[in-house]
Amino acid sequence: MNFQRVFSLVEKDLKRMIREPATLFLIILFPVILTIAFGVSFGAIGGTQSTTYQLGVVNMDIAGPYQQWSQHFIGNLTDTEILKIQDYSSNETGQADLIQGKIQALLLIPEDFGQSCDSFWNAPTDPSLWVNTTLTLYLDSGSMFATQAIPPIIQEVLVATVYGTQPVPVPRPIQIGSPSLVQASKLTAFDYMAPGIFAYSAIFLTMTVAQSFTTDRENGLLRRINTTPTTSSEFMTGQAVSNMFAALIQVALVFAMAYVVGYRPNVNAATFTLAFVIMSIFALCNVGFGLITATLAKSSGAATGLAFIFIIPQMFLGTFVGAALSPSAQAAGKFVPSYYVTDALTSLFLRGAPVSSPKILLDLLVVSISSVIALLSGILLFRKYGKT
Amino acid sequence: MNETAIVIDKLTKKFEDVTAVDGLSLEVEKGELFGLLGPNGAGKTTTINVLCCIFEPTSGSVSVGGYDVRREPENVKELIGVCPQDTAVFSYLTGRENIELFGNLHTMPKEKLKKNTDELLERMGLSEDAKRRVGKYSGGMRRRINLIMALVHDPEIAFLDEPTVGMDPQSRRAVWDFIKDLKKQNKTVILTTHFMEEAEELCDRVGIIDYGKLIALGAPEQLKAKFGAKNLEEVFIQLTGRRIREEL
Repeated sequence: MNFQRVFSLVEKDLKRMIREPATLFLIILFPVILTIAFGVSFGAIGGTQSTTYQLGVVNMDIAGPYQQWSQHFIGNLTDTEILKIQDYSSNETGQADLIQGKIQALLLIPEDFGQSCDSFWNAPTDPSLWVNTTLTLYLDSGSMFATQAIPPIIQEVLVATVYGTQPVPVPRPIQIGSPSLVQASKLTAFDYMAPGIFAYSAIFLTMTVAQSFTTDRENGLLRRINTTPTTSSEFMTGQAVSNMFAALIQVALVFAMAYVVGYRPNVNAATFTLAFVIMSIFALCNVGFGLITATLAKSSGAATGLAFIFIIPQMFLGTFVGAALSPSAQAAGKFVPSYYVTDALTSLFLRGAPVSSPKILLDLLVVSISSVIALLSGILLFRKYGKT
Repeated sequence: MNETAIVIDKLTKKFEDVTAVDGLSLEVEKGELFGLLGPNGAGKTTTINVLCCIFEPTSGSVSVGGYDVRREPENVKELIGVCPQDTAVFSYLTGRENIELFGNLHTMPKEKLKKNTDELLERMGLSEDAKRRVGKYSGGMRRRINLIMALVHDPEIAFLDEPTVGMDPQSRRAVWDFIKDLKKQNKTVILTTHFMEEAEELCDRVGIIDYGKLIALGAPEQLKAKFGAKNLEEVFIQLTGRRIREEL
């Protein structure tokens, strides 16, 4: 491997990112605009100012020895200050207001909610003794923001109510803290979305890589480079390095913009470093997807469209959007790499999990394996079918 | 490097059921300026692409600078410089950056790269525009940059595929002078062109190919004498005009 060649190819690609308006928009301006737009929309601007959502609650667990759990849960929902709780006596009355747009979501707490929580506390290591139950959530399908923002907030409050606020990297009940120590009240909807936004912006590298390769191919530049002593591995290393660099710039910019609009996660340097490592590895995955797209596409125009084969699933199933999807769609999300990126960043930034926690390391492992597979597949396919 | 720069022996190149080059045999001496002529679709560019290791031969053998293009492409690529028929430049880079990129891909030392770049830009009249992005260049300027990119690393063997297409007469003359200088430096040059005047002016020998086969080979003067023609264009028309007549 000759580093003079690799360096010159990296330099060329970085100049392209800066000088070509379409690429500059996708890599730099799009994430910045996205972050600011979401920051403004979801209440991060100003730090203490929060967007609020009307949440209707039907609490069916109002009798019996375990009712305090549901009361804790509702109290914690109220304390978020993002959610304005409105009590309903029945599902029907709540549904009526939801249909009329008076509330943006309706939550049904089942009769056995408290019993379920209690069963966990009595036998935290023996799932066979737990009483399983399900909360039912109805969302206003006409409100895009509500469908995206409310589910992760409720999920977070539910986790804090049942498990406490200590990081729970794996089911380890011994670390569970007091249900009353809910910190969610200091967070805005944007705080829940920010990890997904980091992953979201990097997904579009797939398109820029595909466009870059197909344009160079159309213009005879790949063929021309192929007449020089440059090896395929040097060429691909150049691509990988420049796109990883682009991903790092994206994350830094998104984080800076998020900070500007009021995002203040309580994290340290190690957390930041790991977040950047995860995003760099994820960038390689998108380079691989970009190469596969470039192999399939006959022209740069076609590459733009085909890139969405990889962008759409990653965007909808694996970023902040995923929380609003159906259970089956959420399960499908586990098959896209961006899900694990968002999950890892959420654990780091939102849940405060330490960098060495098994859950984070598992996410990192999945992202790494996915990236290696995508990149190798992309390189092999492009070398065999995509160069000419 | 051997005294024979290029040896093509019974080269055939097929694309599915189309035979682009059909049993071509040819030798080019070191320091020779060889013209490869032929009508559109005759197989000139395919032959060049095989010589540059872009396409693998379907059959036959090809060696460039003593290295087999199939077995030793890395060695071949160290020796050659390729100016493609269609201008292949990075429009978002400046003229200088395009040239330096290809110099770096040939791992040129930094100082020599700068010296060669400055000289070539000066000779091609592009010094003042070197810092402008190529996307803003005129067609003729892009073609000149295209040529410089092929030659900046001082290759032993240069493949120039229709290097003067789209150039104004002054630029074309400048490129001719430049190509003549390459010959003076004992470089081997393979030139494809549709301009018979250009081939007559520059080439030591020309090979005319049609339907992928070599149909004439010799110095321009020899061919003119052999076919009783006033110039090379007449020779070319005599040998290849039939295709156009048939198509009409």
